[in-house]
Amino acid sequence: MAKKLPLVDYLVIDDGEPYLVANTCTHCGARYFDRRNACGKCGQTSFERSSLSSVGSVRAFTIVTRAAKGVPTPYVSAIVDLEGGGVVKANLIDVPPDPDKIVMGMPVRLKTFVAGTDDDGTEAVAFGYAPA
Amino acid sequence: MSDAVWILGASMTKFGRYPEKDVIDLATEAALSALGDGGVTMQDMDVLAVGNIGESSAMVAQRLQKQIGQTGIPAYNTANACATGATAVRIAYLSILAGEADMALVVGVEKMGKAGLLGAANKARSDRNEFTPSGRYGSIMGVEGILGTGLMPGVFAQAGMEYAHANSGVGFEQFAKVAEKNHSHSTLNPLAQYQKAFSLEEIMRSELIAYPNTLLMCCPTGDGAAGVVLVSDAKLKSLDPDQRRRAVKISASVLTSDPWTESAQVQPDVNTLTRQAADQAYEKAGVGPKDLDLVELHDCFATAELIHYDNLRLCEPGGAGAFIDERGPWRDGTTPVNVSGGLISKGHPLGATGVANLYEVATHLRGEAGDRQIEGAQVGLTHVIGLGSACAIHILERRAA
Repeated sequence: MAKKLPLVDYLVIDDGEPYLVANTCTHCGARYFDRRNACGKCGQTSFERSSLSSVGSVRAFTIVTRAAKGVPTPYVSAIVDLEGGGVVKANLIDVPPDPDKIVMGMPVRLKTFVAGTDDDGTEAVAFGYAPA
Repeated sequence: MSDAVWILGASMTKFGRYPEKDVIDLATEAALSALGDGGVTMQDMDVLAVGNIGESSAMVAQRLQKQIGQTGIPAYNTANACATGATAVRIAYLSILAGEADMALVVGVEKMGKAGLLGAANKARSDRNEFTPSGRYGSIMGVEGILGTGLMPGVFAQAGMEYAHANSGVGFEQFAKVAEKNHSHSTLNPLAQYQKAFSLEEIMRSELIAYPNTLLMCCPTGDGAAGVVLVSDAKLKSLDPDQRRRAVKISASVLTSDPWTESAQVQPDVNTLTRQAADQAYEKAGVGPKDLDLVELHDCFATAELIHYDNLRLCEPGGAGAFIDERGPWRDGTTPVNVSGGLISKGHPLGATGVANLYEVATHLRGEAGDRQIEGAQVGLTHVIGLGSACAIHILERRAA
């Protein structure tokens, strides 16, 4: 079986069902996906990794039809509010790129897919959100 | 310490494409025009601030001085995304308030050519493709188009859709109406990059870039420059009556950055810092949104303009859709917005924009805006937002008689 790596390090794919993790400030609870120096909300420097819900709702979307070079179109970009906290950006998948078919606030669930393969055959596993 | 700062001179080049000119050519044109408009020379200036993004590490202010006057004064180079020009204005403003300068020259300039889509494009990492985590997200390949979009048309589309989700009466048609208005307004502005009106149907049917933004709802890239000469209250009193008569008061100059909000790490929050800047500016100037005779706001995309009606409190809370439906922001409406044509049609040479909107409002307050004059304009507001983010608001007032 091909070796797999997550597209980004806040996607966990080697612990059962895939899920997202956040660097969470132990002082104020602010959640971050990136490597942190300190908390942008409160300034403290202590973080713990916490898992996020894999279900949420669509807060905003756009259908991208003219994109950066090499990016296939059309695709649906969305901002998703996760149950229990956390906001994430990803593509909506398993939905037609049609504004009449995407309902604001619609429930969605995290789903992974292979986004690319490198010269060693390692697969990049990405995530998107599909209608729940 | 001076208690007021005034605009003494203002200028802008026509926005457009100038393949034969470089950044210094454009900056020179704006600088000399602004100085001439104010009836002063480079030798009168105590400070120079120049806003530019494309050559921000290449001493544009000093290169400009070498063409128009090397007088040894402090020269500042600013870059603050699309708030670059306004940030340069604010540096000059603060220099005067601090008592370091009586007069200041500000130039915003940009040469973009046909730059295409701006934002987070993917970069090739190496010839051999071997997944290696890098950067603050440990990504192993470019994420644009896989984990959503970071390109400007999509980012601002999502900002508009978020507003549409939270408020009723906002949809594709309301966003398109914003572009219909700005293209129509631009036909009266000889300095606009485009001066062509489009029907609502033409706008809605033009090429889709990032729903709901179609091509005619996105600002173009382009070249251009704008300049202002600022003067202290005390110095202004010593100038000729004609210079004093045409001077425009800066009643508020505010710059904000984005406070922490939960969603902003994935979708820039262009609302909170704009609302905070607006509230500070209104308080400082002692005027309210209802007092504004015209507003030049940051319509990089039609979706952006619509949400800023609400952020700048030009409409009832949540009522941006009704505001455009009722033609409130048209030049004959309750609060004319972007009578210059806005970024959508006047153009958006990044560094020039935050100075050009001061030129526009000042020109109306002076009663010198020709065919596009808003009659009797006394108070105006300018707004820019640079993603990342920086928001600048200036409130200008016609000189009291």
